[in-house]
Amino acid sequence: MLVLLFGANKGYIYVRAEYPIAVKRFEVAINQAKEYGILGKNIWNTGFEFELEIRLGAGAFVCGEETALLESIEGRRGQPRVKPPYPANSGLWGKPTLINNVETFANVTKIILNGAQWYASIGTEKSKGTKVFALGGDVINVGLVEVPMGTTLREIVFDIGGGIPEGKEFKVAQTGGPSGGCIPKQYLDTPIDYESLASIGSMMGSGGLIVMDERKCMVNLAKFYLGFTVDESCGKCTPCRIGTKRMLELLERITKGQGKNGDIEKLEKLANMIKKASICGLGQTAPNPILSTIKYFREEYEAHIIKKECPAGECKALTKITINPELCKGCGICKKNCPVGAISGEPKKTHKIDSNICIKCGVCVSKCPFKAISK
Amino acid sequence: MINLTIDGKAVCVPEGTTILEAARRANITIPTLCFLKEINEVGDCRMCIVEVEGRKGFATSCIQKVEEGMVVRTNTKEVVEAKRMILDLILSNHQRDCLTCTRNGTCELQKLAMQFNVTQIEYQGAVKIKPIDDLSPSIVRDPNKCILCRRCTAVCKNVQKIGAIDVLERGYESCIGTVNNKSLAEVNCTFCGQCIEACPVGALKEKEMIEDVIEKLHDKDMHVFVQTAPAVRVALGEEFGMPIGTNVTGKMVSALKRIGFEKVFDTNTGADFTIMEEANEFVQRFTKNETLPMITSCSPGWVKYIEMNYPELLGHLSSCKSPHEMFGAILKSYYAEKEGIDPEKIYVVSIMPCIAKKFERQREELKNNGYYNVDAVLTTRELARMIQQYHIDFVDLEESTFDSPMGEATGAAAIFGTTGGVMEAALRTAYETITKEELKNVNFEDVRGEKGIKKATIDIQGNKVKVVVAHGLGNAQKVLEEIKSGNADYQFVEIMACPGGCVMGGGQPIKDAKTRATVDVRALRAGALYSIDEKSKIRKSHENPILKKIYKDYLGEPGGHKAHELLHTHYQKREKYQL
Repeated sequence: MLVLLFGANKGYIYVRAEYPIAVKRFEVAINQAKEYGILGKNIWNTGFEFELEIRLGAGAFVCGEETALLESIEGRRGQPRVKPPYPANSGLWGKPTLINNVETFANVTKIILNGAQWYASIGTEKSKGTKVFALGGDVINVGLVEVPMGTTLREIVFDIGGGIPEGKEFKVAQTGGPSGGCIPKQYLDTPIDYESLASIGSMMGSGGLIVMDERKCMVNLAKFYLGFTVDESCGKCTPCRIGTKRMLELLERITKGQGKNGDIEKLEKLANMIKKASICGLGQTAPNPILSTIKYFREEYEAHIIKKECPAGECKALTKITINPELCKGCGICKKNCPVGAISGEPKKTHKIDSNICIKCGVCVSKCPFKAISK
Repeated sequence: MINLTIDGKAVCVPEGTTILEAARRANITIPTLCFLKEINEVGDCRMCIVEVEGRKGFATSCIQKVEEGMVVRTNTKEVVEAKRMILDLILSNHQRDCLTCTRNGTCELQKLAMQFNVTQIEYQGAVKIKPIDDLSPSIVRDPNKCILCRRCTAVCKNVQKIGAIDVLERGYESCIGTVNNKSLAEVNCTFCGQCIEACPVGALKEKEMIEDVIEKLHDKDMHVFVQTAPAVRVALGEEFGMPIGTNVTGKMVSALKRIGFEKVFDTNTGADFTIMEEANEFVQRFTKNETLPMITSCSPGWVKYIEMNYPELLGHLSSCKSPHEMFGAILKSYYAEKEGIDPEKIYVVSIMPCIAKKFERQREELKNNGYYNVDAVLTTRELARMIQQYHIDFVDLEESTFDSPMGEATGAAAIFGTTGGVMEAALRTAYETITKEELKNVNFEDVRGEKGIKKATIDIQGNKVKVVVAHGLGNAQKVLEEIKSGNADYQFVEIMACPGGCVMGGGQPIKDAKTRATVDVRALRAGALYSIDEKSKIRKSHENPILKKIYKDYLGEPGGHKAHELLHTHYQKREKYQL
C-alpha cells in the first residue's frame, strides 16, 4: 500500500513486514530513483523536494483501512479513526493526505503516459479501466489476472480460469476478500464492476476472487471468513469487537448441529446492525459473507438448523457416512484404510461403520471400489 | 452560528459544536459510554450513534461536528434498536454481578441497560474470566467488568502522561492491561486514581479498608481516632444526593461520632503543621538560595511520580510529610503522652479524597518509634458506604464540631484541598515569617483557578518570589522538564497529582460523564473550600493557637530537631517497573 502526501515533500509506502520481497524491491526502486534524481532534494533542478519512506506494518489486516494505516504510521495501535474528517482533510499527523492502494498509483502512471481518454475507453460506463484479480480456489488456472472492468464472472472463471477441476460444478465465487460476499451461479453473467458487485451483495475489495465448487458448505464458508475477521478486528468499536464474535459463535453452533429456530433471523439482525454501526470498513463489511450466503443459500442454513444436515457434506458434526448393503461386496478395503478402526465386517459380507468411532474423514468413501459408501 | 434540526427541533449552535452537545442544548441527552469530555472523545462504544439525513451509516455524535442544515435523528426505531443491540453485546461480555458491585447504582452501564429496557441478553456467548489485580495498596482492577471504553487509559496516558495501563491484544481478546500484565503495584502507576474516577463501571475501584476499620472499632483495647482531609467535607454530601460543593463538615463529624470513632479530628490541623514546616523550610532555602525551586510534597501520587521519573530532582522536594501523616505523628507522640495513652493502642484512620494516601500510609520511612503515623486510609466514597452501613440518615443529621483541642484549624488549611491552596497558605505564612509584618490581603488570586500551570510573582519586602502551581501529572512533567533544563526562574512550586487538586482526587465521589461535561465539579468543590477559608476567623496557619501551644510545649521551633523527627521525611529513587 502506498501513501503519498500530494503537494507535500514527504510520502510513505506502507507495506507489511511479512512481504520481504516487496520491501526489498521498494528499497531498490527508491535508491534507483534517488540516483536518477527523481526522488530527494531538488528533483530535476526544479527545486522541488520529495522523500519516500518505507513503513513496515506488523501484519494487521485492519491496517489496510486507511485511517488505521495512518495511525500505524504515526506509531500507534493500528485502529481506525471515525470519519469524517476524511484523510483528504485531516490525515497523517492531522495534515491533508492523499492515500491510495498501490494498484491505483500503478494506474496513474499508465494514465499519465497514455492519457485519460485511453483509460476511459476501457471498462464500463461507471467503472473505468482494468482490475487485477487474485483468482484462486476450485479453478484450473490460478493466479493474478487483469481484466477490463465489466468482464463477466463466467469469462474470468471459465475462459481465463479454465473452469472447475474434476468435472465438478461451480457453486459460488467469493469476491473482495474475507469481507466480500459470495456470488452464486445465477450471476455468472453479471459484469464485474463496482456497481454490479455491490448490487448483488459483494464488493471489489482487495480483488480476491475465490471459486468454490459444489462440495463447499455455505454455512461453513461464512464461518471460515468470519473466523478471519474476528481474529483481525482491532477491538476498538463494540459492534465489531463483540458482534463478530457472537456471529461466529452462532455459526459454530449451527455447523455443529446445535442451531435453533430463529438463529438465521438473529444472525441477520446482528449482521445488519454491525454493518451500519461499526467505525470502519472492516466491521462494516465483516457480515457480508453471512448476509450473502443467507440470501442465496438460506435453505442450506435451514437444513443445518432444522434437519441437522449439511447438504454439501462438509460440516463433520452433521455428516453421517453409511455403507449401502446393496452395493457392498465385503472386500474389506474400507476397513483396512479406516484410520480409526470404525469399520467392521466379515469378508464377503456387508461391512458396518460405527458412527461413535467414525471421524468422518471420508477415506472410506474415496477408497471403496464399488461406490458403496457415501456421506 | 450553525443551524440544524435534531429530532425535529431547530437548534442554533456555534461552529465546532458536536452533535452531542448541540442535542443537549435542545434538551436531548444522547446516551454515551466511552465519551468523557476533553479526555476520551473517540467514538468507540457506538452508544452515541445517530442518523444524519443523507449520510450512509450512523454518525458518531460525540465527536462529529454540526453542519449547516444538518437533519439529525437520535431516536428512530433503527437507531434505538442498534443501541439496544450494542448494549446487549456489551452486557453479554460483562460480569453482571451488579448486586455485589461497588458501582451498583452509580454504574453508567447499568443506567443505560435500564433506560433501554434490556431485560435479557439476546446474544450470549463466551466470556473469558481474567484474574483480578488487587495486589496494590490502592487500586483493585477487575478486567471482567471492563467494557473497554478506554476512559481510564485516556486519562492515564493523555492527561497524567503516565500510560500505566493501555489496551493489550486485539479484537475480542482486547483487554486493558499493564506492561507484561504485571500488577499495578509493580509498574509505573502513581496511584492517582484518576482511572477510577473515569471508569463508568466497576472495573476499577479503591482497595477497601472498611472491614479493617470496623474490626478495630470493635476492639475495646484500641483508641480509634479519625481525621478528615479538607476536600472530603465538600464532596461527601454528593454521595447522599446533596448538591456538588455542599459543605457537610458538621454532619460528617456527627456521622463519624455515631460510627463510634473515639475522637474525630481535623486533618486541617495537620495542614497547618505542614504549612508551618513547609513555609519555614522555604524561608530557609530561599534565604540561603539552596536547591530552588522547592516543590511541595503533600500529594503522594505526585511524590511517587517524581521518585519514579525524576529521581535526580528529589532534592527539590520539600522534606515535609503530608498533613495527615504529620497529624498522625502528633497524635501518636504529643497527644498520646498528654492523654497518657500507649501509642501502640492508637489506631489512626484518615478519611481522604485520595487513593495514593493508601500507598503513602505504608511507607516505612514515615514511621516514628516503629509506628506508622496512620493505620488506615478510607476514601470519601468508602466513608459514604460506611455511613450507609451504620444506618445513618446523613442528609438530616445534626451538626457537630471536631474534638478539641486537636480539631481546630485555619482557613489556610481548608484550601489545601484545591490546586493552588497549599501555595497560597504557605505564602501567607512565609510572607509574615520573612517580613514580620501583617499580610493585609491574604488572597493570592493568581494561583487559584483551573489553569494547568499557574505562575505568579509575589513581592516580599522587595524580594520577588516567583511561584508556580501545577496540577495533573501531565502539567507536573512540563514543570519538571523546565527545572531539569535549568530554565526555571522560580523559587517555589506546588504540585498536585490530580487535575484540580484533592477536590478532584481519586477517592472522591465519582461523577458520570454527563455531569462532568455539563457541570464544573472542580469549581464547585473548590468554591466551597474557599468559602470555608473566607469565613474562618483565623486564615494563617502560624496563628493557629493549638499549633502555637504544641510548638511551645512539645515541638520547639518549626524545622527544629523534634519537629524534624516527627514531621519530616526523605525520598528515594523508585524503579518504575519491578522485574
